[in-house]
Amino acid sequence: MSEALIQLKGVTKSYTRGKQSVPIFERLDMTIPQQDFVAIMGPSGSGKTTLLNLLGGIDKPTGGEIVFDAKRMDNLDESKLASFRAGNVGFIFQFYNLMPMLTAAQNVELPLLLTKLGPKARRERVNTALSIVGLSDRARHKPSELSGGQQQRVAIARAIVSDPKLLLCDEPTGDLDRETAGEILSMLQTLNRDLGKTIVMVTHDPEAARYAKRMLHLDKGHFSEKDLAA
Amino acid sequence: MTLIELVRKNLFRKPLRTILTVFAIFIAFAIFGVLATFQNAMNAGIDTAGADRLIVTNKINFTLQMPIAYVQRTRGVEGVKIVTHADWFGGYYQDPRIFFAAIAVEPASYLDIYPEYLLPPAQRQAFISDRTALLAGETVAKQFGWKVGDRIPLKSNIFQQKNGSDAWDFTLVGIIKGETARVDTNFVIFQYEYFKETRSFGGDTIGWMIVKTQSPKDNANVMKAVDVMFANSPFETETQTEQAFAKAFLEQAGDLGFIISAVVGAAFATILLIVGNTMMLTVRERTNEIAVMKTIGFTSQRIFGLVIGESLLLTVIGGALGLLVAWLLSFALQNATGGAFGPMTFTPGIAIWSVVLMAMLGLLTGLIPALRAMRINVVTALGRK
Repeated sequence: MSEALIQLKGVTKSYTRGKQSVPIFERLDMTIPQQDFVAIMGPSGSGKTTLLNLLGGIDKPTGGEIVFDAKRMDNLDESKLASFRAGNVGFIFQFYNLMPMLTAAQNVELPLLLTKLGPKARRERVNTALSIVGLSDRARHKPSELSGGQQQRVAIARAIVSDPKLLLCDEPTGDLDRETAGEILSMLQTLNRDLGKTIVMVTHDPEAARYAKRMLHLDKGHFSEKDLAA
Repeated sequence: MTLIELVRKNLFRKPLRTILTVFAIFIAFAIFGVLATFQNAMNAGIDTAGADRLIVTNKINFTLQMPIAYVQRTRGVEGVKIVTHADWFGGYYQDPRIFFAAIAVEPASYLDIYPEYLLPPAQRQAFISDRTALLAGETVAKQFGWKVGDRIPLKSNIFQQKNGSDAWDFTLVGIIKGETARVDTNFVIFQYEYFKETRSFGGDTIGWMIVKTQSPKDNANVMKAVDVMFANSPFETETQTEQAFAKAFLEQAGDLGFIISAVVGAAFATILLIVGNTMMLTVRERTNEIAVMKTIGFTSQRIFGLVIGESLLLTVIGGALGLLVAWLLSFALQNATGGAFGPMTFTPGIAIWSVVLMAMLGLLTGLIPALRAMRINVVTALGRK
């Protein structure tokens, strides 16, 4: 197994609802190696999405440490976390979350506006990302002119355009039919296998989880692991 | 795509709503531009008043006369450089509804005291040497199409000639241009001597004196000395700076500044609410998208900038269109009024004020929505809890 990309060390997370503190994890430990493709399953309310939020730096743990690429990230301030996300993490959501007024190419270009790349370099990167997801011919289409599967492929292109090490996918096929879901999952496999992207995917679907290298089952704040490659 | 393009695309994602909001801003700035031009015209006399010039009028009312002998006595006051005098003729040319000022003056000293009136030396000499000479301000000359050499009959709605006629014949010997566009040239002047000798009443009296002091520092002393000199006489005087006189003259018509400010203020308060509400609505509708942008790495500060940029772009588009129309209207108003209210010029000052207003409006209307956008919590907004 290669070096760890992410490590969770004794991570605790709880939310406050009213006057009550609702614990999600108690001292959770986890290691995700580089170029891993892990599926996280578990019942509703088990904390899958919260875990994804913590890994992506859009939420902070109540206690413990999160280490990304050998650097602690749980203690970064909001601005540094934003830079961390822009440079290291690509997000893929269940409902695509594309900007309706932008074309596919412009949606893909959005994360690059935060970089120092010039227009030409940005255009080249966008074209590459769109060709990877097979949507070069839909670059000028707006999301409303694309099918669900195509929109999710644009979202994947947006997630990979800044060449992040980590892709976080939250139910990426939850809104797609079986055939399209298969295409999207195969694409994620390709990104993992050929481009070396580390992928953490939350899913309810055991069929989707089979595309990952391994599956973690999260329940009551603890993991149980099943190696799907075995 | 650039961040500015992103702002523009966000702004025009609901074109009808944006167009209606831009239209509301356009109306407010058009009103501002036109009223500011109007106020500017009315204030031209105040703004261009000489700092070292004083106006001496009859203390009871400035429409009442005073003896011409006062001119010579005033010339002897310490600190006085030039004294000239003027008399209101109440004149009109053909149509009494078309207003311009017609004033009987002492030619040489009057032109000396107003260096902002530009006139070729030959025309100046002709005015001084010809008793029936008339000088017309450029605005009046243009209004009536007068040319140097024209015979101009002017009627008075106050005076009559000794022979019973209410018309005086003049020869136009020159056309006065203003040193700047702000100098009002909606007037004609002619020789007091010719007027005095031909009018049926008024005798050796004048309307008012204009005094130029050695220095503005002398103003207070000269004002006091002149009024003290004529105190307890049948024609007591009131001396004011030219600026104070022009301001008091304007205020007879009411506090125009307040009226205009109230109208513009009401328009802008309404716009503030309309645009502010639109921006709030816009941000609320985009909560999810803003959360996504934050997720992919946009900082809260950048989100704040994008929302503020959007409200600024909105006010700049509406404001610029409004000012363009106000600028075009200033020409139409100048033609329509013939400069009766002063020079209707859309000055750089109005443009600068407008830009300041646009910036303030954009910042104020965008501030609360931008703060709200900045504080959007990604986890809550995306329902990721």
